[in-house]
Amino acid sequence: MLAAVLSGFVFAFALRFVGRYLRNGNAVWATALPLGLFVYFASLLPQVGRGEAVTEVWEWAPSFGVALAFRADGLALLFALIITGIGTLIYWYTSNYLKDHPSVDRFFAYLSIFMGAMLGMVLSDDLIALFLFWELTSISSFFLIGFKNEEAASRRAALTALTVTGLGGLLLLAAAVLIGQAAGGEYSLQTIREGGLDLTAHPWYGIILFFVFGAAFTKSAQFPFHFWLPGAMKAPSPVSAYLHSATMVKAGVYLLLRLSPLLGGHDYWHIPLTIVGAFTMVYAGVNLLFRTDLKSILAYSTVAALGVLVMLIGVGTAEAMLAALVFVPAHALYKAPLFLITGILDHSAGSRDVTRLAGLRHVMWPVALAGGLAALSNAGFPLSFGFVGKDLIYEATLHSGSWAYWLTGAAVLTGVTLFYGGFIAGVKPFMGVLPESFKAAHLPPGALWIPPLLAAAAGIFFGLFPGLAGHALIAPALEGLMPGANAHLAVWHGFNTVLLLSGITLAAGAALYYFFKPSSGKEAFVERLEGISPKGIAERISKAAMALFGAFTHTLQNGFLRYYILMILSFTIALIGYGLYTGGPVNVDLSRMTELVGYEIALLGIMLISVLFTVFTQSRLAAVAAMGVTGYALCLLFVFYSAPDLAMTQFTIDTLTVILFVLVLYRLPRYLPISSPGSRLRDGAVALAFGGMITALALAVLNEPMTPEVSAFYAENAYTMAKGKNIVNVILVDFRGADTLVEISVLTIAAIGVYSLLKLKPTND
Amino acid sequence: MKTIILQTASNYLLPLLLLFSVFILLRGHYLPGGGFVGGLVASIAFVLHAFANGLDKTRTLLRLHPAYFMPAGLAIALLSGLAPMLSALPFMTALWYPTPAPVVGMIGSPLFFDIGVYLVVTGATLTIIFTISETA
Repeated sequence: MLAAVLSGFVFAFALRFVGRYLRNGNAVWATALPLGLFVYFASLLPQVGRGEAVTEVWEWAPSFGVALAFRADGLALLFALIITGIGTLIYWYTSNYLKDHPSVDRFFAYLSIFMGAMLGMVLSDDLIALFLFWELTSISSFFLIGFKNEEAASRRAALTALTVTGLGGLLLLAAAVLIGQAAGGEYSLQTIREGGLDLTAHPWYGIILFFVFGAAFTKSAQFPFHFWLPGAMKAPSPVSAYLHSATMVKAGVYLLLRLSPLLGGHDYWHIPLTIVGAFTMVYAGVNLLFRTDLKSILAYSTVAALGVLVMLIGVGTAEAMLAALVFVPAHALYKAPLFLITGILDHSAGSRDVTRLAGLRHVMWPVALAGGLAALSNAGFPLSFGFVGKDLIYEATLHSGSWAYWLTGAAVLTGVTLFYGGFIAGVKPFMGVLPESFKAAHLPPGALWIPPLLAAAAGIFFGLFPGLAGHALIAPALEGLMPGANAHLAVWHGFNTVLLLSGITLAAGAALYYFFKPSSGKEAFVERLEGISPKGIAERISKAAMALFGAFTHTLQNGFLRYYILMILSFTIALIGYGLYTGGPVNVDLSRMTELVGYEIALLGIMLISVLFTVFTQSRLAAVAAMGVTGYALCLLFVFYSAPDLAMTQFTIDTLTVILFVLVLYRLPRYLPISSPGSRLRDGAVALAFGGMITALALAVLNEPMTPEVSAFYAENAYTMAKGKNIVNVILVDFRGADTLVEISVLTIAAIGVYSLLKLKPTND
Repeated sequence: MKTIILQTASNYLLPLLLLFSVFILLRGHYLPGGGFVGGLVASIAFVLHAFANGLDKTRTLLRLHPAYFMPAGLAIALLSGLAPMLSALPFMTALWYPTPAPVVGMIGSPLFFDIGVYLVVTGATLTIIFTISETA
């Protein structure tokens, strides 16, 4: 399973070297990756169907209790099959969609990283690993949204999406750590669950919920964080189909489903989820009525669908969970083709404006067929998978207790708007008379129309035989969430309230589609309300923040090195001085110090003289040389106090520092007093204060009781454990070798920084 | 600063100083020294050569840009830390060859780690100094 998760990353890495072979239309071979993964995960179905999860554990950081633990249970497998199944269609479609794009290999690399991350997320049993894969999906989504990186709007949309989902990722990390700590340092979800820990009674329950909800709502575009999703439609259509309708945006839903056995069963869990989900679906459903851009309509209908899912999880009954589990694949199977069709229309008719598109069935009937089938399933016509899903949703809301009427009403309202959105996107562009301007449009190659047709047909197939999906996919997933629940799916439930509601939805949806026509006037009307929408508010907050931090930065980081040093020193003096002040008076016990010896006095004299010389000399070179003298005198002090390693290093460093200074100063113009006497006085005062503070600090440290255990440990073990006699070096390369590794990395980064700052200048000036 | 004396001396001093820096690197495990100081001494040797003969001469002598030493050193240090994981030991466990080799002394993964430090320090110092002296 590790290989399955990593294959996407490995493939992406390999594309760095062999990616050029993917241009010229060979990208269709990349489809083998998701297809192979799909077959692999499908082969796990029988075992998982028996209720045995497939597990695999790889140690990662055992000292932190973090492992790469994969666990394919029913829920994980349901998502994994959606990810790889829809992924196969997307890869195939993209191989043609971006055939002539120069960076098609880059696109496939991001797409594969995304797929690997998504698989890793749904298969992870470890909370920390889940968080990491979750973040990777956000990051790969950022690159995919901003794929057309020469467009400012794309870049801005990518940044918005990253900000919102990245914020959610941080919240998820907090939630993961809190859950793990509440479970006594255990990060495996399955182990926590089997341990029978009741998190709802834990004092952290509320705060854990806050973080989990924050993560899920941002990722799954719930109100008021939904605005990044319509913005993300700047991405190429296959990305919208894959990430922003079928898979990634369902990550939040997945998280809620995954955690519902652990965190559910409390009002704090059910009430917020129900309210937020219900509000989101109605809000987005109404919003989509006013849009004219096809992708925008589909984006809002996706937000509405996500709202439905969150509301169902909030209701939390076995019926609601079943409805959610059916709605996830049903939605993927009709929304992905609708997005892909939008891409085709964009490609061959050159427009996504629904008020202009019409009559295209005459030139591309297979696309029209796919759109029609997807729209039927989307609307929930009988004998489609969407019908099964919608029935279950109504059933769940009807039995949801005291809120049944409200929720059912909201669900029907949303159903009507979804019907409308689906028909606008899947049917309207193909109906009516073909306008003159689209006469040039033609049937795209099979790689473009077969994938959406396949997905839409699958949506109908599962609608005809819901038992197949129910038995193989849905039942194991539901069993994992709610042991013993009935997962029987049927086409026909008899004449009952649910059927009546379904009929009302279809009739009202059809009426809406027939009478309510999208127009740019309506779009302009809602756009005037942007200012008070969450998006407008978020934009104003971010603008204000940018202005504030801009002012802050210009004040503190004004580009003058001397000012930086002044700031750093002042802050250090203030902080440490405050610490010293609150720590009480510093007692200097002179009797514990050794007598001053003649050579020490001599050294101090040398240092003092060289310092004064440095400050008051009129020649830069002399100042640098005098500073070197101070350094060498310090080296001698180290030698006297038996720290030869330190002395050697200090000696060489001082030499190099002087050389460096000389190299730079050599080229500077003659010495000029550039600072006013006032600022020189100020600098002198800060310098003296800093020196005084360090002295006080050193004296205070002397008063602290020494802890000889540490030195004793190294002295004893340096030779026995590390086979070295020089303790300093043994600590550097062995005991604390990892620190040294990081330090030399920092050194490398510093050198690269110097190099790039000085060498790499903009060439286009 | 083109003086014949310094030029002639630096030609002899460079190999001697480099040898000395390796000596410091190797003795670090038992006596004061180590990769960090060794690397600094090695870079001083090259800087001295550059002072006497001009940067271009030192560059031709080095053949490679000193920046290449940094990734090489980092890789050696990292690999010496990863090596024990091949035999299922934790990251950075010290592995020692049981018998000491002549001149070098005990050979083990910390020695290679120190060699990595040596290379990174040399590379970073020289990169910084060369870059600054070129562009200043």
